[in-house]
Amino acid sequence: MTTRREFLLLGCGAASIAAAGKAGAQIDPNQQALRKAAMQEALRRVIGDAPVRRGRVKLELPPLIDNGNSVPLSVAVESPMTPSDHVKAIHVFTEKNPLPDVVSAHLGPRAGRARLSIRVRLADTQTVLAIAQLSDGSFWSDSAEVVVTLSACLEEGLI
Amino acid sequence: MARAIINVPAQAKRGEIIEIKTLAAHPMETGFRRTQLGELIPRDIIRRFVCTYNGAEVFRVDLHPAMAANPLIAFTTVATESGTIAFQWAGDNGYAVTETASIRVE
Amino acid sequence: MGRETRSMQDDDATNPGMLWVLDGEALWNRKAGAADRACAACHGDARTSMKGVAARHPAFDAAARRPVNLEQRINLCRSERQKAPPLAFESRELLALTAYVARQSRGLPINIAIDARSKPFLDAGSEAFHRRQGQLNLACSQCHDDNWGKRLAGSVIPQAHPTGYPLYRLEWQGLGSLERRLRNCLIGIRAEPYEFGTPEFVNLELYLMWRANGMKIEAPAVRP
Repeated sequence: MTTRREFLLLGCGAASIAAAGKAGAQIDPNQQALRKAAMQEALRRVIGDAPVRRGRVKLELPPLIDNGNSVPLSVAVESPMTPSDHVKAIHVFTEKNPLPDVVSAHLGPRAGRARLSIRVRLADTQTVLAIAQLSDGSFWSDSAEVVVTLSACLEEGLI
Repeated sequence: MARAIINVPAQAKRGEIIEIKTLAAHPMETGFRRTQLGELIPRDIIRRFVCTYNGAEVFRVDLHPAMAANPLIAFTTVATESGTIAFQWAGDNGYAVTETASIRVE
Repeated sequence: MGRETRSMQDDDATNPGMLWVLDGEALWNRKAGAADRACAACHGDARTSMKGVAARHPAFDAAARRPVNLEQRINLCRSERQKAPPLAFESRELLALTAYVARQSRGLPINIAIDARSKPFLDAGSEAFHRRQGQLNLACSQCHDDNWGKRLAGSVIPQAHPTGYPLYRLEWQGLGSLERRLRNCLIGIRAEPYEFGTPEFVNLELYLMWRANGMKIEAPAVRP
């Protein structure tokens, strides 16, 4: 059974707090390592030590992004959404943002479909992770690689 | 001033899965940006979004600074009965907005 | 701009600019000034009375003896008809009203009519568009006429037709005017940005809109 460590990019389980550094287009390697560790910590808070399997979740993001300030993101989970078999929660994490958590949605059979569409901020080219928590206690995931480019003529805080 | 835009169908068949789109007016200040003088602009975001259907919670979202400004939250719910679908946003600095929509289900 | 940005724009339920349009509608109906009148008192339902207005601005104003843009037109109405103080450029109120008025022209072709009175201002705007400026010594035309479609630092260079203003720019995470965007361009080429509402700015806007004649208004657009 694949554990969450096997598909996460960073193998070490170093617990650390997310460093509140300034998000930039070139995040230095120390900062990146800290943020990846922070994502693991955030995952542990949500999932505990339960195994996470790839599949049933579809995370949709544009592969090439106009602007990291507002990126459309959709998560859909295959599920009959019946009282005995449904998605209880959908969580989204990032590996390079200053904070790893993006959103947690709590739902149930009344949702009809396990689907969420939002717009998120992405600090840099990175991997985004979506985790679905099912009513039977299992966790499923999907991830997406995104390239974030910035506009050519950047405003400099002047209006 | 428009605090939020909600998009709910006015009517639906019983059991039909309906799409709901919500847009809230909020800067979602991350707490990571700095002023021109280098001072940190304090975090000011919407923290929670709750959708209730005739009083029963059907969808709830915990938001973090990584949610974009003027957050869009689009989801589905089953049209179970006629009544009121209510939306509540709550966040930092006492931010609290409620919007409602009526739905006729036959 | 990407497909996702375009679909953000095309759906009124997800277009963040609509938040300003709704504010504009509220302001349209709110009494203001010493005259205690709302825009609606003279102009009625904006959906009919404002149709086509954004598509033909900047337009020549006889009293000012020069073209004025939509923001200035709104402020002229406020000071002269409503006897209210003009709204500050880029203020939420002015952006909301401009967005609401511009929205009523959505789908209509830009229609800047030039006559003997406005021709000198159009020429001045054209001259500014073709003139090298700033530390980078770049003219607008060098990117937007000669090299549109090619890439600059990961972004595609557009032809720079202002069909969607005021628009929600993801970079700003808010709605802004054409002048705000042009100030960004000027800062980008390391030139002194013009102040809001100045004659050289409105001349340039006039030229840009005239250059886009026939293209459909998309306001409020969404752009990266």
